[in-house]
Amino acid sequence: MFKKLWQGLTKTRQGFVDRIKAVVGSSTAIDDQLFEELEEILITADVGVDTTINLLDRVRAEVRARRLFDPQDVIGVLQEQIQQMLAEGSGELDLTKKPTVILVVGVNGTGKTTTIGKLAHRFRQDGLSVIIAAADTFRAAAIEQLQAWGQRAGADVVHHQAGSDPAAVVFDALAAARARRADAVIIDTAGRLHTQRNLMEELKKVRRVVAREVPDAPHEVLLVVDATTGQNGLQQARLFGEAVQVSGIVLTKLDGTAKGGIVIPIAAELGLPVKFVGVGEGVNDLQPFIAAEFVPALFGDHKL
Amino acid sequence: MAFESLTSRLQSVFQRLRGKGKLDEKEVTAALREVRLALLEADVNFRVVKDFAARVQERAIGQEVLQSLTPAQQVIKIVHQELTNLMGQTHSRIELAPKPPTVLMVVGLQGSGKTTTVVKLARYLQKQGRSPLLVAADIYRPAAIKQLTVLGEQISVPVFSMGQGTSPVDISRAAVRQAIAQGRDVVLIDTAGRLHIDEDLMQELEAIKAAVNPQEILLVVDAMTGQDAVQVAETFNARLSVAGVILTKLDGDTRGGAALSVRAVTGRPIKFIGVGEKLDALEQFHPERMASRVLGMGDMMTLIEKAESAFDAQQAREMEKKLRTNEFTLEDFLEQIKQMKKMGPLEEILGMIPGFNKMKQLKNLQVDEREMVKTEAMIKSMTVRERRDPGIIDGSRRRRIARGSGTRVQDVNRLLKQFEQTRKMIKQFVGKDKGKRRLPQMPF
Repeated sequence: MFKKLWQGLTKTRQGFVDRIKAVVGSSTAIDDQLFEELEEILITADVGVDTTINLLDRVRAEVRARRLFDPQDVIGVLQEQIQQMLAEGSGELDLTKKPTVILVVGVNGTGKTTTIGKLAHRFRQDGLSVIIAAADTFRAAAIEQLQAWGQRAGADVVHHQAGSDPAAVVFDALAAARARRADAVIIDTAGRLHTQRNLMEELKKVRRVVAREVPDAPHEVLLVVDATTGQNGLQQARLFGEAVQVSGIVLTKLDGTAKGGIVIPIAAELGLPVKFVGVGEGVNDLQPFIAAEFVPALFGDHKL
Repeated sequence: MAFESLTSRLQSVFQRLRGKGKLDEKEVTAALREVRLALLEADVNFRVVKDFAARVQERAIGQEVLQSLTPAQQVIKIVHQELTNLMGQTHSRIELAPKPPTVLMVVGLQGSGKTTTVVKLARYLQKQGRSPLLVAADIYRPAAIKQLTVLGEQISVPVFSMGQGTSPVDISRAAVRQAIAQGRDVVLIDTAGRLHIDEDLMQELEAIKAAVNPQEILLVVDAMTGQDAVQVAETFNARLSVAGVILTKLDGDTRGGAALSVRAVTGRPIKFIGVGEKLDALEQFHPERMASRVLGMGDMMTLIEKAESAFDAQQAREMEKKLRTNEFTLEDFLEQIKQMKKMGPLEEILGMIPGFNKMKQLKNLQVDEREMVKTEAMIKSMTVRERRDPGIIDGSRRRRIARGSGTRVQDVNRLLKQFEQTRKMIKQFVGKDKGKRRLPQMPF
């Protein structure tokens, strides 16, 4: 599994860590110029200006405290600090509740439906029964897309007609889950920009219905963020968080050249852990995110 | 909010740069640092920001500060102009082929909004009297064909599809044949999206291009894209030579720095922007609005322009002379009020200043329009002598002015006191910055 993750991150590693290594390799001392170049690399990875400055301040402090002089040592310190910023939470979901209800939200086009297909597949592999609620009733053919995934994964899809009330779909899906004693319910929702007030209200209503029908649910609210997203990702996390209490992030499309650095400020500023990363288009390409594995994989460390 | 933090940051630059006549290197460097950060936070690509800042710096140093602007505003103005230039002209036009049908290929990454955009384009062309044909050439994503079919139906544009079993190249070729047979004059091909690094996809798109020889290839880019936008645009443009870009999801609160990156690396115009989920939410691209948005400045530019046009340079010079010689009279005060009024309703103007509503110390200022009208009426009720030499206004004159302007004596008292304070303030101001040219702050 680590190999898979390592492979999926090849592009990211080439654009990010290889650059860091090149910069460190060509430096003769740990100086301002080295830090300036690191700053550029981090910002180019979408880590954001504030978080980059913050991160490098920490690295500087460590370098001083440990009296490091070899530029090569900076790589290790940087790796540690990134890991620390990302550390909270582990990638596995607690699926002991019956049913465990997972609400999946995000802006348009981040890969929610695909992520749900992969999640369902994962749960099915573990021998769990899964019901998917097709609560994206807005986008044309969203239901059909989800059904195709449901078939692939072997999960039942509960749906209404296009254009119907998402909360009603969720209500039915939860009823079906109880009747069939399903282990997990995954709720697909329509993509929406976090600035669309009415649509965010609609999402809150979905959450309320879930909370009313199943005690303590939703057990997870996953925000799907596209790795190519820039600084707006932080705003997405903030506003979705306020509306439906997001519990974790799924970072998709990480197999491209995008670095997905936006998850660092999301984790550092909002305390939202990354739970999964999508590193390919195959049904198996959703990997649980564990900072202690991910960061070394990113840095291409084979020791693990 | 990120937006607010930026505007306040710019304001602090304003403060630091206040009261200078010419832009010198040190100041420009300080201001540009903030601008650079602002651009990076707006997701403009690092390289693009670097080049851009260098260019602005060159242009800004040594520039004379305009009468009606603060030096910081002047820097921002230059930055804004350069940004607007860089973003190109409004260019919302589709080149039609000399011989129909015009074939348009829409390409882009997964989730950028290709399918929706293709349909919006069809709707746009349909409104212009064209008869488009939509082509479902994304045979990979589950239900992509269905999605296009449903959307096509909504705008009554036929959708050509051959299911998922035929190659996109064959589908596209057959679609063009059908368009000719049925007399449809625009063919819009919705291609598959993937990650741009995908060699297979690039080859497929090149094959479609070779097969149907499209008039234009349009690249769809998500406005929320971060630093990677440069790679996306570069790759697509290098392989397919795109004619233009369509920026989607601009109805959110993203600052949309990707627009700048994409434009800078491809040199291709941004033709349209997607601003909503409705199928006619496709708009023209306005470079100057986009520049303001990327800078996170609200309508600051409009405000600067208004100030420029309202205060003519001649008047400003006279005013400044009066200030220096301490000849500022109630007549000048009246003149200023008139100038302010030319700029539009006060509240609107204040609303254009980023972060104004947050500045508590300004809350107790009289921003009330009616207060200005009153002031004007009172000054107009004075004789010319009184206006030039307010010292002569005694109790009896005060009563007369109050009656004449429909106000109370207390109001007249307050005006005179305010004027006196303003005059003192100006005196101090002018005394400190001898010879430095700048308009006084409005006393209300």
